[in-house]
Amino acid sequence: MHNKSVAELSRALASGEVSSVELTQHFLDRIQQQDSQYNSFITVCEENALADARQADELRSQGKATPWTGVPFAHKDIFCTNGVRTTCGSKMLENFVPPYDATVTANFRQAGAVCLGKTNMDEFAMGSSNESSYFGAATNPWGSNRVPGGSSGGSAAAVAARLTPAATATDTGGSIRQPAALCGITGLKPTYGRVSRYGMIAFASSLDQGGTMARTAEDNALMLNVMAGFDAKDSTSIDREVPDYTATLNEPLKGLKIGLPKEYFSDQLSPAMEQTVRNAIAEYEKLGATVKEVSLPNANLAIAAYYVIAPAEASANLSRFDGVRYGYRCDDPKDLMDLYTRTREEGFGDEVKRRIMVGTYALSAGYFDAYYLKAQKVRRLIQQDFVNALKEVDVLMSPTCPSPAFVKGEKTNDPVQMYLEDIFTIAVNLAGLPALSLPAGFVDGLPVGLQVIGDYFAEARLLNAAHQYQQVTDWHQRTPE
Amino acid sequence: MSISRDDIEKVALLARIRVNDQQVAELEQDLGNILDLVDQLQAADTSNTAPMAHPLDAVQRLRADEVTETNQREAYQAIAPATEAGLYLVPKVID
Repeated sequence: MHNKSVAELSRALASGEVSSVELTQHFLDRIQQQDSQYNSFITVCEENALADARQADELRSQGKATPWTGVPFAHKDIFCTNGVRTTCGSKMLENFVPPYDATVTANFRQAGAVCLGKTNMDEFAMGSSNESSYFGAATNPWGSNRVPGGSSGGSAAAVAARLTPAATATDTGGSIRQPAALCGITGLKPTYGRVSRYGMIAFASSLDQGGTMARTAEDNALMLNVMAGFDAKDSTSIDREVPDYTATLNEPLKGLKIGLPKEYFSDQLSPAMEQTVRNAIAEYEKLGATVKEVSLPNANLAIAAYYVIAPAEASANLSRFDGVRYGYRCDDPKDLMDLYTRTREEGFGDEVKRRIMVGTYALSAGYFDAYYLKAQKVRRLIQQDFVNALKEVDVLMSPTCPSPAFVKGEKTNDPVQMYLEDIFTIAVNLAGLPALSLPAGFVDGLPVGLQVIGDYFAEARLLNAAHQYQQVTDWHQRTPE
Repeated sequence: MSISRDDIEKVALLARIRVNDQQVAELEQDLGNILDLVDQLQAADTSNTAPMAHPLDAVQRLRADEVTETNQREAYQAIAPATEAGLYLVPKVID
């Protein structure tokens, strides 16, 4: 049952082959038995999940089912869940129980899905390995000494280990696509503004976007059907019609124009990685697509622009954690300043503090123009590169990351090395475009991801391209031992 | 570009994060490396480029000036570290 996709589970529930209570118990048992190896969950919601499953079975018996009614899934622990602890991977929120639901949470609740629990993540989504989580690093199911990627590493590991058929995730600089690639699953970052950020704990508000993780493109489409849409509670939400993302999955790819950004096939890529990605692209040619080289001339500036904009926005967003209204508070503060400074010293981990301080510096008097304003201008140059490239082709393809899952501890002492992990994903966030990563093969026994980038609101086309590839390959069906 | 110890201490104060001497030394190194990375930006010619705040150049929506939220003070204060009589408690600020 745990090897079935969301689409298959939905059909099994509809036919009465299995009940939601049975299915939910099955996944809860797997989490109970196996998650000590992966540490992919921070909180498991056993009681709530079973209660929701009973209600789903009841609704189904009354003929009131959606495709998601009774289907288990997990939330990244960044989405607020009313009455269920939401930590964002931080000591600061270790005991934070939100009094409200994120819009994404409410959407899944409305659809009747059953939340199994909250998945592990880098603290405040700042990291590319899951190692900055206050609750310990999650482990990649493809290698016990390997990172699952980050920040949505818990969601990716849980899906890859078949502890949940699907999980929500967020992507600010690659936090959906990179862990999806490293864990051998499919993950989609939608267009900025497509999925509501309300109740999704903020990191860098002009870049943050909620998205989907599952094994198949079809399941990602089913998730996006629930998640996408305008929300007045998110000031940057886009009011635009939401298509049925499953409706176009079966369109043929004949005539699809694929662009390969030459800057993403540089010497940063090992020959084995490059060959694997080129093999996947060759498969697309067999499906009728044409391929040409394109250029993103300012791609080399993306990491620099990101590491000004994201920390600057983070420093503002994380100023709300002051030990006064909710979250951690230090013991025995002697005055207000001591309350603030010690609460934040003790409540935040090292990477979060680094980024707050970089951001504070970049926004401080005398530096704003040289850093933040300059980065916002470079951001537009980077966006224009994509706009120009997407005039010539329908989608762009590249490796998702420069190498497969690295060994735990390898990059923790060098923040800049860790930042370079996102070299192929980060520009997409600056441009606000949708992109997905899908399993495209293996190097040294570890999964490799193919990144597919589309024009604004082209999620359906990306999912269609991924789905067609998954009809002729089985990388997404491979199971870690 | 390097960053001085004084800068680190000033930034830590602005960010309301307490740092000890050893952390200041580590941050001097780490922040210096990060600032070296971002200094690549200075080479880009942006003389004719407007800064970009939103990928779709969207602007803030306006709404009617009506009350849409309900008062949930009790629910919000139930999760606060310290409250009394509907107020948030902090250490004494004024003597």
